[in-house]
Order: sequence, then structure tokens, then C-alpha cells
Amino acid sequence: MNAPDSSSTPLEVHDLTVAYHKKPVLYGIDLQVPEGSLIGIIGPNGAGKSTFIKAVMGLLPVSSGWVKIFGKSYRENCHRVGYMPQRESVDWDFPVSVMDVVLMGRYGRLRLAQRPTKQDREIARNCLEKVKMLPFANRQIGNLSGGQQQRVFLARALAQESDLYLMDEPFVGVDAATEAAIIALLRELKSRGKTLLVVHHDLASAKEYFDKLILLNMRLVAFGDTDEVFTPEILQTTYGGRLTILSEVAQTLSTTP
Amino acid sequence: MRRLLLPLLLFGCVFLVPEVAHAVRISELTDSTMMDRAVRFFTFRDASLRNALIGSMLLGICCGLMGTFLVVRKLALMGDALSHAVLPGVALGFLWNMAKDPLAIFIGATIAGLLGAGTIQLIRNTTRHKEDAALGFVLASFFGVGICLFTMIQNVPGGNKSGLDKFMFGQAASLGRGDVWLLAVIAVLAVGTVAIFYKEYTITSFDAGFARSLGMPVQIFHYSLMLLLAFAIVSSLQAVGVVLVSAMLVIPAAAAFMLTDRLGIMLLLAAIFGLCSGAVGAFFSFVGRNLPTGPFMVLAAAAVFAIALFFGPRHGIVSRWWRQRSRSARVQRENTLKAIYHVLEGNEFRSEHVSLRELAERRRETLEDVQRQLTAVRRTGFVTLFSDAVTFTPSGWQRACEIVRNHRLWELYLTNAAHIAADHVHEDAEKIEHILGEDAVRQLEKRLNYARRDPHGKLIPGIEDISLGSIPQPADRATGFGPAPH
Ligand SMILES: Nc1ncnc2c1ncn2[C@@H]1O[C@H](COP(=O)(O)OP(=O)(O)OP(=O)(O)O)[C@@H](O)[C@H]1O
Ligand SMILES: [Mg+2]
Repeated sequence: MNAPDSSSTPLEVHDLTVAYHKKPVLYGIDLQVPEGSLIGIIGPNGAGKSTFIKAVMGLLPVSSGWVKIFGKSYRENCHRVGYMPQRESVDWDFPVSVMDVVLMGRYGRLRLAQRPTKQDREIARNCLEKVKMLPFANRQIGNLSGGQQQRVFLARALAQESDLYLMDEPFVGVDAATEAAIIALLRELKSRGKTLLVVHHDLASAKEYFDKLILLNMRLVAFGDTDEVFTPEILQTTYGGRLTILSEVAQTLSTTP
Repeated sequence: MRRLLLPLLLFGCVFLVPEVAHAVRISELTDSTMMDRAVRFFTFRDASLRNALIGSMLLGICCGLMGTFLVVRKLALMGDALSHAVLPGVALGFLWNMAKDPLAIFIGATIAGLLGAGTIQLIRNTTRHKEDAALGFVLASFFGVGICLFTMIQNVPGGNKSGLDKFMFGQAASLGRGDVWLLAVIAVLAVGTVAIFYKEYTITSFDAGFARSLGMPVQIFHYSLMLLLAFAIVSSLQAVGVVLVSAMLVIPAAAAFMLTDRLGIMLLLAAIFGLCSGAVGAFFSFVGRNLPTGPFMVLAAAAVFAIALFFGPRHGIVSRWWRQRSRSARVQRENTLKAIYHVLEGNEFRSEHVSLRELAERRRETLEDVQRQLTAVRRTGFVTLFSDAVTFTPSGWQRACEIVRNHRLWELYLTNAAHIAADHVHEDAEKIEHILGEDAVRQLEKRLNYARRDPHGKLIPGIEDISLGSIPQPADRATGFGPAPH
């Protein structure tokens, strides 16, 4: 467990259990993610994919277990993690421009009360350029299509210049061309030694996009190279039939005081 | 540092104005006519009036700033709940030593406010209820307790109870020097905090989850904002009243929201609107002999809101209507230009002049109608109008060519690229021709290999014809405007 190179393991999760109102939605997840890989997280709706990502970042209280980012706690290494939340997580009527949002990706590197510098703006502009959104830089974010909003979020994550990226459904609501452009971007990040965990819904493309897959359904069903875990049996266990006993037990746990 | 200038200036205005000795309380003023009182207001002769005015303006700033965060966080009702929740605190602050001591009341009210905020949070976290139920519960129950305590105070003998009733609907004239000081301190605190931590408050309001993932202490920013909000409410109570503070929080900010889509500008506008509403409220309350101030402030704020609603440059109803109107007027003019072009084309460009009769026939309209339209077009400098004929000016020629080109290009594009039947494309082109930009035209031309004929065999004016800028000569000239070569 305490391998000497643990500081080069981007993400290590040990026996992670997460509960909402005492009702567990993730049980005992154990993971060790190697550096420089593009990893898909797949599982049915409500499997706990978003929950897993949030728990890794400490956004949710954890019932048991621990998470290490490059060998340290999340708090200590949060500047090495980039996050792209689900699009629905924010109010798009909020009075900020596209540029403002992308600049938020730089905030983690700024001190308290420090304003973004010229260099930060330059980086933000480059990231917008990469997702082909530069012409929209001064638009209010609500005037964008869903796919464009998604690209703004991606640009913000890119602006974080992190080593480990956690992305929640970056491909939702984007057209095929944009999806291809995004996956090219992610692959480029990977080739530069970054590690990416991407929640994904489309099984057909998952096989082609990712080196490794995390299959989740309330627990870790499988984690490994795509060719090894993308098998009918494992997919069946992940998606087929609810895990009736597990969810029943969870239900009782939440009703007993 | 530049950001701190505004509060400092305000501060200066408040306390450097020379003090007038033996100032009377506003209620004791004897000026009889409204005019006299208005004059008195604008000469700032007595200190109590100055206190009222400056206090109202300061509270407007505080409420505008805090209200902006409530509005963008969709927490507008939070202001309402908190302002009602402070009432028991006011009563307890008074009971402390049976006097209207600003500090005791401030502390009592702040504690009650925070207790209310805490209760809301508690209900939300531990029950299945969403925010709205929690807000409703806290608002009503705390307000109820407050009313009971107030009734009790009225029935207890002794103590100086004057001015306590002002907490309901507000009376700026009852602001003392201490109250104004308190307001000033809180205004500086609010402006300073928001200016210094603008970045942090923006990101935690917009995307709290992301902010936390960056390691920011989101909770601290949330609670500091709620604390500032409670301060703003409590310090404003005496001038606006419990019932209407929330309006001063929400209305200026909501008006600002309609005028801009940048948070920084919205904060500034909301503060300005709040300040103006405060001043107007104080003025009317004074001129109308101690009428309650709160309602006037709120009315002033509502007037600002109505103006923003109707005349806001982007989202205003009147502005939208006006834009719509001017757009349809432009379309109308451009259609007239196009009709002139068509007549010229029908005559194979043999003459520069188009008679009004021909034009009327072409458009299937009366001579009067055509005349009226041409007069409108002439105002834009596109045509020269004679008694019974009309010619293009160079700019009119250019515009007409563009419109016809846009129309025909679009028809060609729809038939060639989108495979729509040639007799279906006219209607669509009628609309598109007015809005096609130069870039789109370049792309279309390229895509269509610079074709010269539209699906109906008519000639498409090209860029070289348009930039010619002069009236084409009869068919034999080599500009491409002759009859179609067979
Ligand atoms: N705020 C919450 N309070 C209570 N339960 C929640 C909350 N958020 C999620 N859950 C529950 O946790 C479980 C996992 O949710 P999660 O959002 O992680 O699923 P997901 O895998 O991301 O699903 P999707 O594919 O729909 O995004 C679900 O059963 C859901 O009902
Ligand atoms: Mg999800």
C-alpha cells in the first residue's frame, strides 16, 4: 500500500464509502489509478458516478475510507486536480461572461483577494481557443447553446493546468464533431502525462475512447484495461438488474435511527 | 485601493458637513407649506434632516450590494425571511434596559437574524424540506414572536418607548447620530469586503462545488455574506422598517440585473439605485411631514425597476418593441429598393429612372402608398425622388444590389445544397435577404462557385457590380447587368 512511489500515483482510493443522509450510495471502493491514462467511469443512472467524483474531491462527507492525490490528502494537493462538473450544476443566467468563467479555472493558483493577472488572461484565452470558443469570450454564458456551455466548462478545466482531471459527463449534449474535438483534446492531455477520469454514458464509444474503465454500480464492479473489463459478463453485472439486496439494505439503513 | 475611494468619499460627506447647533427634530418643524419644507430639505439646514438623508442613502448602498448577491443566488426570499426574523431581537434589545439603545438593538437583532439563518439551514439539512418551506416557517414564526414581544413592551409601564413603533414601517427622521455612524461603518464594511473579495464572492455564488474543489473555504464566504446581510438588514430597520427591508434588498438589485449581465456592473448599479431610492424616500417622507419612509423608498425603487423594465437597452419592453419596429421599417425600405431594382431589371437597365406608376404596378399598391414608402426611403439617402419618378443614389444602388444578390444567392443555395424545390425557396429568401451578413455571403458565393444565375435564371449581382457604385448603363455595357446572354 505505501509503495515508495505513492507520490506518483495520481489517485488512490481505499475502502471509500459515501452516504447521503445515512443511506450509502457507494460501498468500499478500492482503486489505484496509474499516471498518464485516460480512464472512463461508466455505470447506469444513479450508480454513484458523480458521487464518486465529488467524494474524491472532498465535496461530500465520506463515511469511511480515504483518498490520496499524488500521495497526499486532497486538501494538500487540490491545485493538482482539475474538475469539470455536470452542466446542470450551475445557474446559466448568472451575470458572468464566458471569459470570467474560464478565468475561474485560474483562481486556485491565486492568493486570497488577488486578481487574475495578464498571464492568467492569456492562458484563459488559449484554453478558449482550444475549444473554439474564443469568438464568444465576451458573451454572457446564458446566451450559449448546451454544447457551447459544455465547451466553456472544458476550457475552464483546461485553464487549471492540473495533473489529474475529473470530468463529469463532458460529452453530454455536444454534437459528433465537437465530441471528436474534445476527445482529441483529452488524448493530447494524456500524451503530456496527465491523468483523466471521465464519466461517460455511451457504451459504444467508451470502448474506443478509454484505455481503462471503472465500472460502477453502488460498488466497484471492475477496474482495468478496457479490453479486459469490457466484456458482456461484467457489463451485465454493472447494468443488468438492480442489486436488489444491496439497495434494500441501504434503504433500511437510512430508515433506522 | 481605488475601490475604497467611494466609501471614503461618502464618509467624508457625512461627517465633514458643518454641524448646526440646536437642531430641531423634524417632527417639531413648523414650516407650513410643502414648498418651505422642500427648500429646507435641499438646504440641509438641520442635522436631523442630514442624518435622515445620509442614513437613507447609506442603507440604500448596503441593501443594493447585499441584494445583488441574493438575486444572483436566487435567494431573494432569504432577505424577506431574515428581515422578519430580526424583529424579536429588536424587542429583546429594547427590553435589555428599556431604552432605544442602537447598540443593544443592533446586537439583539443580529443575533435573532443569525438564529433565523441557522434555523433555515438546520431545517434544510435535517428534513426533506427544501429552502422555500424553511424560509416560510422562519419568516412567520420569528415575526410572530416579535409581534408578541412588541405588544408586551407596549403594555409594560415605564421606559422611553418613543420611536419603537418606527421599526415596522420605518422613519428616517428618527435616525440619530449613532444610527448614522452605525450605517456608515456597515456601508464601509460591505463595500470594502465585496471589493476586496470580489473574486471569491463571485465564484462561490456561481459555482460553489467548483470553488470547493479549488480548496476555497466556501462556507466562510457564505456565512460572511449572510453576516453582512444581517448587518445591512438590522442597520436599515429603523429607516425602512421590518416589513419593507426586503424590498430594498431585492428591487434595486433586480432592476440592475435587467440592465447588465456583468456582476461587477450589477453591484455598482444596484448600489446607485439603492442610494437614489433612499434619498427619494427620505425626501418625500420629510416633505410629507413624517410620513413613513419605507414605503416611499420602496416606491422609488419600484419606479427605477419599472424604468429598467420598460427602457432597459437590451431587455426593456419598450426598447425591444422599438428595435422590432425599426427592423420592420428597414425590411420595408429594403423591399422598396428591391422593387425599384426589379423594375430597372425588367427594362433591361435602359433607363436610370423608374416611374412611380411602374413601381406601383410592380408592388400591386396604390400610387399614394408607393409615394409614402419612397419618402421614407429617401430619408436614408438611398434614392432621389422626382415628381413622378425615382432613381437610385450610389449608396442606394449598392444596397439594392446587395439585397437582390442575397435573395438570389440564398435561393440558389437552398436548391443546390439543401435540395429544396426551386418553387419553394422564394419565401425563405424574402426573410434571409435582410439579415445575411457579408461573411455569410462570401461563404455562400464560394460554396456556389461564384455562380451568376439563380434557380430562375436571373442574374446574381456580384461584388464587382456592387462596388461599382454607379447606376449601370444600358445593356451593352460590360458590367454584367445586361440581359442574360443566351
Ligand atoms: N443530494 C442528494 N441527496 C440524496 N441522495 C442523492 C443526492 N445526490 C444523489 N443522490 C443519490 O445517490 C445516488 C447516486 O447519485 P449520482 O448522482 O452519483 O449518480 P450518477 O451515477 O452520477 O447518475 P447519473 O448517470 O444520472 O448522473 C442516486 O441513487 C441518487 O438518488
Ligand atoms: Mg451524474
